[in-house]
Amino acid sequence: MAYPANYRYTREHEWIEVDGKTGTVGITDYAQNSLGDIVFVDAPKVGATVKKGEVFGSVESVKAVSDLYAPVSGTVIEVNEELASSPEKINTDAHKAWIMKVELSDPAEADSLLSAADYDKFVAEETGH
Amino acid sequence: MSTSATAPALRKTPLNAVHRQLGAKMVDFGGWDMPVEYSGLIAEHMAVRTGVGLFDVSHMGDIQLRGPESLNAIQHICMNDASKLQVGQAQYSAMLYPQGTFVDDVIVHKLSDNDYLIVINAGTREKDFSWVKTNAQKFHCHVSDYSDYYTQLAIQGPRAEETLQKLTNVDLSTIKSYWFKWGTVCGLPNTLIARTGYTGEDGFEIYVPSDEATSKRVWEEVLEAGKEFGIVPCGLGARNTLRLEAALSLYGHEISETINVYEAGLDRFCKPEKGPFIGSEALQQVIASGGPERKLVGLEMVDRGIARDGYGVFDENARPIGTVVSGSPAPFLKKNIALAFIPKDYSAVDRQLFVQVRNTMVKAKMVPIPFYRRPKKQS
Repeated sequence: MAYPANYRYTREHEWIEVDGKTGTVGITDYAQNSLGDIVFVDAPKVGATVKKGEVFGSVESVKAVSDLYAPVSGTVIEVNEELASSPEKINTDAHKAWIMKVELSDPAEADSLLSAADYDKFVAEETGH
Repeated sequence: MSTSATAPALRKTPLNAVHRQLGAKMVDFGGWDMPVEYSGLIAEHMAVRTGVGLFDVSHMGDIQLRGPESLNAIQHICMNDASKLQVGQAQYSAMLYPQGTFVDDVIVHKLSDNDYLIVINAGTREKDFSWVKTNAQKFHCHVSDYSDYYTQLAIQGPRAEETLQKLTNVDLSTIKSYWFKWGTVCGLPNTLIARTGYTGEDGFEIYVPSDEATSKRVWEEVLEAGKEFGIVPCGLGARNTLRLEAALSLYGHEISETINVYEAGLDRFCKPEKGPFIGSEALQQVIASGGPERKLVGLEMVDRGIARDGYGVFDENARPIGTVVSGSPAPFLKKNIALAFIPKDYSAVDRQLFVQVRNTMVKAKMVPIPFYRRPKKQS
């Protein structure tokens, strides 16, 4: 699956779409595929602060728990409530099924994240293909 | 390129290439390169509960004991009473250490008088074989490791019989649970067909020659035969969630070298009245001193949260009382379930407990096990 060129990516397999001061965050198709059937999303509450590189929640598949790392710092302004009842939406369309929206405290932070091409290369290296 | 000489190569079943071709996700399972899932764990789990699924379980081991004292050897090494077995019958049993804890759990098949087959777990194959070999020494019997001679396939689910029936001349309806017969399967004569499994569902395990071509042919014929029932290949992921719903023990979790038979709740398969066997004395001690101090119980999460292996269990006063040994979402039951060891005096159904899921205490309650029991056959 192609990684959207307008998103930025972390080495922990989150994506972020930045629009002005707002960042929309999810996990990549590669991440959902390695996790398998996702059954639980533990998202932060609206108003919580997240810090770049730190854990902000988790996703769980039947098999395993995986931490979520914030791609940027900021304040959570919205969480995707739909994922509470339908976490499998992430499996169906990882690049659309966003987990949270953040008001960025420092929009420049996103610049240091991977581009789609770099992330693609990173994943290829990680899987040895 | 890695040229590390220290990491031992993963072992492969004869179906390894077939799994990879099917696009299975592969994992290292006790030193074996095994499929964890193909189409998806939940779909595979549901296929076994409602239709039929096919598993490659060739990584499991097979030890044969043959000779005039093979029964005596089995009676000495295994805790269940193998003298009760008739030819063509199998029983769940376990090999114990002298302290009454587990070497492994096994299925003993009586092939004929003086001829027994013990099916053992993959991760403990070498240990088990040398354990049997050493402890059978004083008996007149020959111990052989046939593990690599067989590809073992498990066909599991309510439609397993109809699926396999298309491929064999044996009337499968005449094989009762935990019995077996020999017959022609996929044109292969004298194939062992056992009504056994590890899913909590009806099903069969067949043992076919382990060459790659035969293994692949049988695998594909079973998939073809089960097509109309929605058969899917199933990986170790579904195997684990299926066995957990049925509360079947997994070595290293509910049973191990530090867990005894009473703690594991497997004493119904332990028959001290048959006479002494390895571990029986220690087990008598356990009873004499008032029974086991901890007990395996079933937990169901009440609040949102999934208990996982190793998570702590707490009482209402946040006092640590035990540990989860297997925990997972249960795809068929659609609940989050767990097996945990807790002190025996806490064991009361519906009692409220807590599982620490990372930083949060999540409410759980004790429930009877097995969590899932297959519906009785209609007709």
